[in-house]
Amino acid sequence: MSMLHLVNKSPFEKNSLKVAISCALNKSAILMIEDGVYGAVSDAKHSDMVKTAMNKSDFYVLKEDTQARGIDESKIIDGIQLVDYAGFVELSTKYDKIQSWV
Amino acid sequence: MATKKFMYVNRKAPYGTVYALESLEVVLIGAAFEQDVSVAFMDDGVYQLVKGQKTDGIGMKNFSPTYAALGDYEVTKIYVDKDSMKERNLSLDDLQHLVWEDEDEDYAEKNSIKLVSRDELAKILDEQDVLLNF
Amino acid sequence: MKFSIQINEGPYQHQSSDTAYQFTKAALEAGHEIFRVFFYHDAVNVATRLAIPPQDDRNITKLWQELAEQHKLDLVVCIAAAQRRGLLDEAEAKRQGKDANNIATGFRISGLGQLIEAGIQADRLIVFGD
Repeated sequence: MSMLHLVNKSPFEKNSLKVAISCALNKSAILMIEDGVYGAVSDAKHSDMVKTAMNKSDFYVLKEDTQARGIDESKIIDGIQLVDYAGFVELSTKYDKIQSWV
Repeated sequence: MATKKFMYVNRKAPYGTVYALESLEVVLIGAAFEQDVSVAFMDDGVYQLVKGQKTDGIGMKNFSPTYAALGDYEVTKIYVDKDSMKERNLSLDDLQHLVWEDEDEDYAEKNSIKLVSRDELAKILDEQDVLLNF
Repeated sequence: MKFSIQINEGPYQHQSSDTAYQFTKAALEAGHEIFRVFFYHDAVNVATRLAIPPQDDRNITKLWQELAEQHKLDLVVCIAAAQRRGLLDEAEAKRQGKDANNIATGFRISGLGQLIEAGIQADRLIVFGD
């Protein structure tokens, strides 16, 4: 079994990213979308938490949402992969269920 | 068609927003589909189960008694996140006592609520086929 | 693969109906099937035919309508959530003695059972919400 965790909340506002990380088992993935993409920014308050979690889970961020918010690719934590909507769809097929931390 | 494992994941407090109520409505309807259903309460979602809710003063319908009926709908697996309870200074005594009757054991009354650690909850989530998030 | 989509938030207020739209479009372009899109909570407001967003903004209702028409999508609006929020189709308006209806073409109003069925029938159900 494998799970894709969707996080759409800014980590500065809600605990969704933290909770997703706490529920992510090995071989799971976390995809940040909408305001969740702020969790992918390097050298910010939550970057260390994300980097530690990257030892266990694969991290992705939705490119269109980072672009919309003026987040330059260079500002994204190394190792977080950028995906577009097609990549989002592909991830949804690759993992056998999706937990949306709304 | 094979039975699927459905889990309703509730993370929001009642009344402040409509999610708790409209999630409960789905759970009740879903019960008729004879799937393997369970419900999880975590984060502010644990507040949904707190006993002693009185809503006269805010003019909204008190839907908390409905949780006690879940057992009759054969919704018998209710997982409550221990960490979320602890963070909020809540114990099992603060929650409604939810039970179901086990017809295989002469209708013995059994507790529906199971307190689970975050790691246990993560594993339970992973066992599901369909996750409905509210 | 067969997807079902659940949307929980109101259009314009929240990005969820936009994200769900982009996801659905990308899934269809990749050759996947969308079993059903279920509009719940305030997302039922996507189905009003009376919304007039500014000309320079996207029209979320129309985007879904067009996608539905192209791909024969099943766009289902939860009846309980819709009635609370004043969204009625012609039959329901008549039944409730209301003088108007406001459901856009391409959407249909039905019960919550349709959401459960969407979860049963699809390989993946994805929730877009707040």
